[in-house]
Amino acid sequence: MPEADVVLDTTVESHFIPRPFRVLRTKRETHDVFTLELKPEDGSPLSFRPGQFNMMYVHGIGEVPISISGNPAKPETLVHTVRAVGGVTFAVRSIHRGDILGIRGPYGSVWPIEAAVGSDLVVVAGGIGLAPLRPVIYEALARRQQFGKLILLYGTREPEDIIFEKDLEEWRARFDFHVFVTVDRAIGSWKGHVGVVTGLLPKASFDPANTLAMICGPEVMMRFTAMEFLKLGVDPAQIYFSMERNMKCGIGLCGHCQFGPYFVCREGPVFPYPRLKQLMTVREI
Amino acid sequence: METLKPILSQHPFFKDLQPEYLELVTGCASNVRFDADSYMFHEGEEAGHFYLLRTGNVALEIATPDRGPMVIQTLGEGELIGWSWLVPPYTWHFDARVTDLVRAIALDATCLRKKCEADHHLGYELLKRLTVMMEQRLAATRLQLLDVYGTNA
Repeated sequence: MPEADVVLDTTVESHFIPRPFRVLRTKRETHDVFTLELKPEDGSPLSFRPGQFNMMYVHGIGEVPISISGNPAKPETLVHTVRAVGGVTFAVRSIHRGDILGIRGPYGSVWPIEAAVGSDLVVVAGGIGLAPLRPVIYEALARRQQFGKLILLYGTREPEDIIFEKDLEEWRARFDFHVFVTVDRAIGSWKGHVGVVTGLLPKASFDPANTLAMICGPEVMMRFTAMEFLKLGVDPAQIYFSMERNMKCGIGLCGHCQFGPYFVCREGPVFPYPRLKQLMTVREI
Repeated sequence: METLKPILSQHPFFKDLQPEYLELVTGCASNVRFDADSYMFHEGEEAGHFYLLRTGNVALEIATPDRGPMVIQTLGEGELIGWSWLVPPYTWHFDARVTDLVRAIALDATCLRKKCEADHHLGYELLKRLTVMMEQRLAATRLQLLDVYGTNA
């Protein structure tokens, strides 16, 4: 099994104590998504691997799991991209430069980038699902010569929901990175592709027999995308999902994020598709 | 005389079609070109042709009274535009706006319908191919309707 299984020693006290991080910069990505750049107050960088998440604590409000969206080669600045959907994330949206947040982590399994060496790497993101995938894209670009084709398929609801526009522009300008962006619907000046993200797969040219796919987005989108990969002949074991569940402890103790036999915070969030295939069609899990 | 047969045989829609059927279809085909920002057809017009795109991109739009034209799908190289030619009353349901210069093969609907009526094997073969495309677009539409990126998704 690739890097997915990360063993965490839950007896270590530091796993329960948030470290203070100061907000260096906030950036509004869309009407409800924003990116925070944070610096550790103790000066010790938070090293992580692509796919991992942190528990982010807003003092007096609560804690939420948030994927790390920054560059793993630059751990001195911690980057999180957050969508405001609940009490804690609404509070995070009100954070300003200079404020302090608590951070525990990094936790969880990682994207199996080593398993993609020598293969085509196809990254499929839906909506804010691009955030947990951005670190793996940074790493793949830093090690570009080790992979075959590098392809990003990115879908959102409308053009206004596209995040990381600057990165997307830079990536599209490269000759060694194929970037396809689509929206589910568009009005007005949008000149790009309209249609669901699964419709981009036949347009992307890759070798199905020698491809590793990393998918992150809403569960329905990930299921349909996996089906398209299978239709094209990609080995199910070469397809990886990043799952999201209601996490509380982040370290596999409380059970809030249980998904069948797995705790998403501990065995996940990155899973090989065969582990989830049956579970994803079971209701009430 | 040079015909469109070699081009049609290379288009994904007609891939591996029996040569005698390809011959019949070629008799209904013509080469067309549409400039950027022109319209291939408008909602309500007679669906007299369907199109196999060779190059370029097309946006299928529907006019909305308060928000202007809404793009519901874009289609490009290798894809097919239209099945309204097959279903009475043979009128388009959307506007097709050309976003980049389009070169396409147009297939005359009346010509093709006649040939399909005369030879049901040809009709069944074309219907099978169209059904695959219709299934894909129906599945995509259902996924769009789910609004998976919405806050409550």
